[in-house]
Amino acid sequence: MMGLRSLRTIQTIQPRRSFATAAEPQKVAEKAKKKDKFTIGKDGTITVEFGVNPFRGHKLEPPPAVATTTKEELLNFFKQMTLWRRVEVAADNLYKAKQIRGFLHLYNGQEAIVAGYESVLNKDDHVITAYRCHANFMGRGGTPFEVISELTGKATGCASGKGGSMHMYKRDTNFHGGNGIVGAQVPIGAGAAFGLKYNGKPNVCIAMYGDGAANQGQNFEAFNMAALWKLPVIFVCENNKYGMGTSAERAAANTEYFTRGDAVPGLKIDAMNVLSVKSGFAFAKEWALTKGPILVEAETYRYMGHSMSDPGLAYRTRDEVAAIRAERDPIDKVKLYLLENQLATEEELKEHEKEIKRTVDEAVKKAADAPLPEAKELYTDIYTDMPYYVRHTNIEDSLVVEK
Amino acid sequence: MPSVIIDNIEAVPGLIQRLYTISERHLLDGILSSIDNSVMRTKRQLITIYKLVALISENLLCRQTVKRPPIKIQGQRRAFSITSPLNQELRPPTEKDEELSVDALGRPTKKTNLYTAINQAMDIALATDPKALLFGEDVAFGGVFRCSTGLREKHGADRVFNTPLCEQGIAGFAIGVAAQGHTAIAEIQFADYIFPAFDQIVNEAAKYRYRSGNQFDVGGLTFRAPYGAVGHGGLYHSQSPEAYFCHTPGLKVVVPRSPVQAKGLLLASIRDPNPVIFLEPKWLYRSSIEEVPIEDYEIPLGEAEVIRNGEHVTIVGWGAQLLVLEQAIQMAEEKLGITCELIDMKTLLPLDIDTVVKSVKKTGKLLISHEAPKTGGLAGEIACAVQERAFLHLEAPIKRVTGYDTPFPLVFERFYFPDALKNYEAIKELIEY
Ligand SMILES: Cc1ncc(C[n+]2csc(CCOP(=O)(O)OP(=O)(O)O)c2C)c(N)n1
Ligand SMILES: [Mg+2]
Repeated sequence: MMGLRSLRTIQTIQPRRSFATAAEPQKVAEKAKKKDKFTIGKDGTITVEFGVNPFRGHKLEPPPAVATTTKEELLNFFKQMTLWRRVEVAADNLYKAKQIRGFLHLYNGQEAIVAGYESVLNKDDHVITAYRCHANFMGRGGTPFEVISELTGKATGCASGKGGSMHMYKRDTNFHGGNGIVGAQVPIGAGAAFGLKYNGKPNVCIAMYGDGAANQGQNFEAFNMAALWKLPVIFVCENNKYGMGTSAERAAANTEYFTRGDAVPGLKIDAMNVLSVKSGFAFAKEWALTKGPILVEAETYRYMGHSMSDPGLAYRTRDEVAAIRAERDPIDKVKLYLLENQLATEEELKEHEKEIKRTVDEAVKKAADAPLPEAKELYTDIYTDMPYYVRHTNIEDSLVVEK
Repeated sequence: MPSVIIDNIEAVPGLIQRLYTISERHLLDGILSSIDNSVMRTKRQLITIYKLVALISENLLCRQTVKRPPIKIQGQRRAFSITSPLNQELRPPTEKDEELSVDALGRPTKKTNLYTAINQAMDIALATDPKALLFGEDVAFGGVFRCSTGLREKHGADRVFNTPLCEQGIAGFAIGVAAQGHTAIAEIQFADYIFPAFDQIVNEAAKYRYRSGNQFDVGGLTFRAPYGAVGHGGLYHSQSPEAYFCHTPGLKVVVPRSPVQAKGLLLASIRDPNPVIFLEPKWLYRSSIEEVPIEDYEIPLGEAEVIRNGEHVTIVGWGAQLLVLEQAIQMAEEKLGITCELIDMKTLLPLDIDTVVKSVKKTGKLLISHEAPKTGGLAGEIACAVQERAFLHLEAPIKRVTGYDTPFPLVFERFYFPDALKNYEAIKELIEY
């Protein structure tokens, strides 16, 4: 049985199990030694020279290992990311209390990606992503109330309660959601970018997907079209090291995702640091507008399980997760920048945290009181006009709404 | 081939006695029609019966010497389905078998849920067929519904393995492997994710034999995918895509209703020399528990089964919907004082219309129910096929109780769902027509 034999050779090469670089404590320690250099200018501009180069390029010269920011921006990063994480914590609790049904994927650990790209995009740029989309939505201006409402299926949700966790949308700031089918959003992003170019807009489209999704065939179709037509699209592979229970190495022959675009040049970014994300995306946006598509690999980590039904520890160790939380957490990183350079005090940050918690708690309360969508919503938005008839589950309540 | 239904378990020993001593075909035919009024037509069916008889009688003999719990007959109307047993060795019972029961055929059984029944079927398939392979996203770790738990450890990482996240690739790969003569069991994690693989299944798998003039085929191919509502799945974890595949000559489409059915039908699907789409009711994975025969057995494809006899209405469904229909029927029988005949289609392509037509000729009324949207759903096909053959027997328009023509909704699942009450109402309308 020749077939079996050749398969055996493929399958017996068992790839390494663990997180490729960051989980190895020695390396983490080494990195920590080479500190970032902080210079605060007279006008308040802060220049950060990264101790460890956060960039790697593929078919392009990566940008210099520096970032510029301000005290206000750093504080804003801190507040945004803390808020987004707080919303995920609330969602986690609501799910456990059975207020959220269905599938729920949390973003904890990956916040710096959204905070970073939002700091260089404007709201005329477009964003499309997969199901792990709550922070992306809030980054585009969505509120915690709209998120929680949507998660709990309320009419006040950002998709009128019709989509749920995987489907956050915001038309006015060009956020295309929110996709349940892994990989489907990538060619859609290329199409949106074509629209921007065709209409002469000075804008880009960000199309995001995961390390697991990176193995779907449609990505490659999208890369080719984008390269062929020089579309202003930034493909972003969020490499959080796992696609469900499968580590990147087990799923991909080439885990250097930023090199997988063929004719599309790539940039790998340390995406646990919001400042390197910011610099990387500033470079990427410029590239996309002037040269065409670029593939950004945002190296990150997912703290929680894949979704709520996954405790997230069957395929990785508790230590691995703990080490990354301790050494590389994106919120802690900004906090450290703020504190070490006396840009904020511990008390101030605590106060912000409290305020954020209050905001989210209020959003949860308000969403709990919000109404469910009207029954006719079952039938609306399928076609531009559609007759509908909704029979309730018990005869007494049952009404023919319209026919 | 319609399966053999024995309504009255008490009659079995007598029947066997008779069958056992009879070897004349015409006599056997006679006995058989006394079992379920269905006429045996093919040699294969006869062989099945002979094997069956041998197995039953041997089993009955060996049972006399062993203490086992009595056969449980659940409810008066409960019908026992007899399916072609393979040539299994009957062994003396061991101590471990003490917790086992036996089914109507005297086969040792064990309480098993649906996902474990699927697991057992794949275990047997891998054990009995050295060319069998099992793969899909995360299947080496057991899969999201635990269906393949332990199979990699048992059968090796070269036979049970994970694929990357790429449904079109998985399907194409499975087709290529099957074209090399392998038995390929490919899991698509949710039926909702089968659409990226749709092209490969419809354009390649289904036409492989036809377009090569029978030089190549992918008969060893089975796609497994969990389908249907779970109460909270939302748009992309709830769909029932059977009708898309039923529109594709060259495929078979199978949906089991219970653990016993799942094991037998899956083994038959894996061994069927045609590509099969096997849709598993994920709602029942854990919740449906039955005494499942431990041995290797198959339930034939292409045969519907009357799982409840009745006079006034014929009701057709498959998979998890049959449970809903059972509830509706109970309601109808209590409140309306009628009896309903319930048919499990089991195989949706090809359809066993004979069984439905036979029943409709008796009852004059037909209701078909499925979770998928109404327009273009399989109920339409069944309704048309039945009226072609039983037009003058119909006493009321055929009814369809299905999902609405909407995407599968998130918060409105309970409105969308063709629940027992909607089905009850439809039965009532049929009766009062
Ligand atoms: C077409 C399709 N196949 C499978 C799935 C099930 N699924 C959802 S997420 C996921 C893993 C994706 O991993 P990755 O792309 O790395 O994203 P992450 O979850 O890590 O953000 C899988 C297999 C799906 N939603 N769609
Ligand atoms: Mg991932």
